[in-house]
Amino acid sequence: MMWQAVSEVPKYSLIPLFCGSFLVAFPAILISAVLGIGCAIYLAEIASPRTREILKPTLELLGGIPSVVIGFMMLSLLATTVQHLFHTKFRLNAFVGSLGVSLAVLPLVITLAEDALRAVPRELRDASYALGASKWQTIWATVIPAAVSGISAAVILGFGRALGETMIVVLATGNAALVTGNIFSSVRTMTATIAAELGAVDQGSEHYYALFLVGAILFTLTFLLNLISEIVLNRMRHQLRM
Amino acid sequence: MSGSLTITVPDLKIKESRWGEILLEALVRLFALAPLCALAFILVKIFQNGHKAISLEFLTQPPIEGMTQGGIFPCVFGTLVVTILMIAMALPLGVGSAIYLVEYAGEGFLFRIIRAAVNNLAGVPSIVFGLFGVGFFVLFVGRNIDHVLQTGLLFGQPCLLWAAATLSVLVLPVIIVSTEEALNAVPQSQRAASLALGATKWQTIRDVVLPQARGGILTGAILSISRGAGETAPILFTGCAYFLPRLPLVKLFGVFPMVNPFDQFMELSYHIFIMATQSTDAEKTLPIQYGTTLVLITLTFLLNLVAILLRVHFRQKLGQVSLQ
Repeated sequence: MMWQAVSEVPKYSLIPLFCGSFLVAFPAILISAVLGIGCAIYLAEIASPRTREILKPTLELLGGIPSVVIGFMMLSLLATTVQHLFHTKFRLNAFVGSLGVSLAVLPLVITLAEDALRAVPRELRDASYALGASKWQTIWATVIPAAVSGISAAVILGFGRALGETMIVVLATGNAALVTGNIFSSVRTMTATIAAELGAVDQGSEHYYALFLVGAILFTLTFLLNLISEIVLNRMRHQLRM
Repeated sequence: MSGSLTITVPDLKIKESRWGEILLEALVRLFALAPLCALAFILVKIFQNGHKAISLEFLTQPPIEGMTQGGIFPCVFGTLVVTILMIAMALPLGVGSAIYLVEYAGEGFLFRIIRAAVNNLAGVPSIVFGLFGVGFFVLFVGRNIDHVLQTGLLFGQPCLLWAAATLSVLVLPVIIVSTEEALNAVPQSQRAASLALGATKWQTIRDVVLPQARGGILTGAILSISRGAGETAPILFTGCAYFLPRLPLVKLFGVFPMVNPFDQFMELSYHIFIMATQSTDAEKTLPIQYGTTLVLITLTFLLNLVAILLRVHFRQKLGQVSLQ
């Protein structure tokens, strides 16, 4: 099980690449989901309109940072800190990559989750308060359950983005195609493989087609995730009769 | 379950506790601070490390000595040219599709298919756009044009034109969605009034709807320029050069200098990428790298800021119109 495209006997196993992609995307979406949903609850339920007016554009600006910049910051600033903190063998590893990727998908998750929370009708909140529930009881037991489809759609879409993120992982994950479950190991994702190798292949060669296959798989995966999130979102729209 | 929503009575298992509430509120406040801190950290660090590299020479001179010294003018030039070409291709196409979707398509099957396609296009990984650019624009379209026109290998290789085309497909959903929003914000009553005065459908769109949607379309265009300027993956293989000793220019009729769309080019975000991965001397190029990053981030930041301000401005204006 190896991806060794440039060697005497080229080997094209996709397993190390899947390993790498998921080892980066899972922790990334985990971090983004926790932070993002928390942030969305704050924006939708707690923040004053004034705070919202400042925070929302800030998120947009964060989302506007080119991913190559985030990757470069991870590589040059955070990688060493992370290595000292966790005493890892590799300076560039899946964890550093996933930190960067989570930063890149965070604005998307927040925006979509907030949209879902704000789509919950006022009447539901009022009813809950009228029954004597406190603010957080209302949020936990009424608002979040009503918005759960929309929030999951946000997380699924975020996961798709995390899988497809390229420049951050090329720069920050070390690019060693290993089959591993260790989050502090160097990995190579599907996206990074294409980015690193397509420039040097002969057109029409086996390697060339292998890279296009990786691209096709990547496209199919993100396409399915987008589709699922769309379906989940439609269900919520239907339920709330929006 | 479909069509109905089960409303749970507030669960008594979640006990009301004053401290719990305060704690939770503090927690989400902290979470909301995280993106702010991340943004501030990135900006401060880039500025700290990059501002020393910025000078007039840095912005106006080409790199020298194996890119360990000199400026980044070719990158700035390349970024500007590729984004201008990109928006020139994407804007007509995107606005046209949005007009079709909002004004003509109705709510039928075709409309839903196109909508789903636009949504999915927005979620396609940027490196897949890069692959698409190579496979479709360079090898399929380019090589076939060469074959038909007998131009040797002019179209069928990575160049400015195909890089811009690839980027334009990438930003298409941004333009379509923002234009759709802008068109939808124009009240139906105005369309009805125009039609009632005898204007045709196209006259109504051209003289009544589009002028009011201008702001939203402009915002979308600026956002997509910012997005396109920052993307690296789609142009990795469709036209970027590691180093070019010349600008992508050609003399038209041997006299007038113009941009040569068939040349390769240097680009800011690509420059950051290659400096980080294939630098000739990592120690020496680090300041240049931070300088380039500062230039790129200033560019995208300003564009985003302008877009946000424009949106606020046009929303207020639209609000006034509907109040009258």
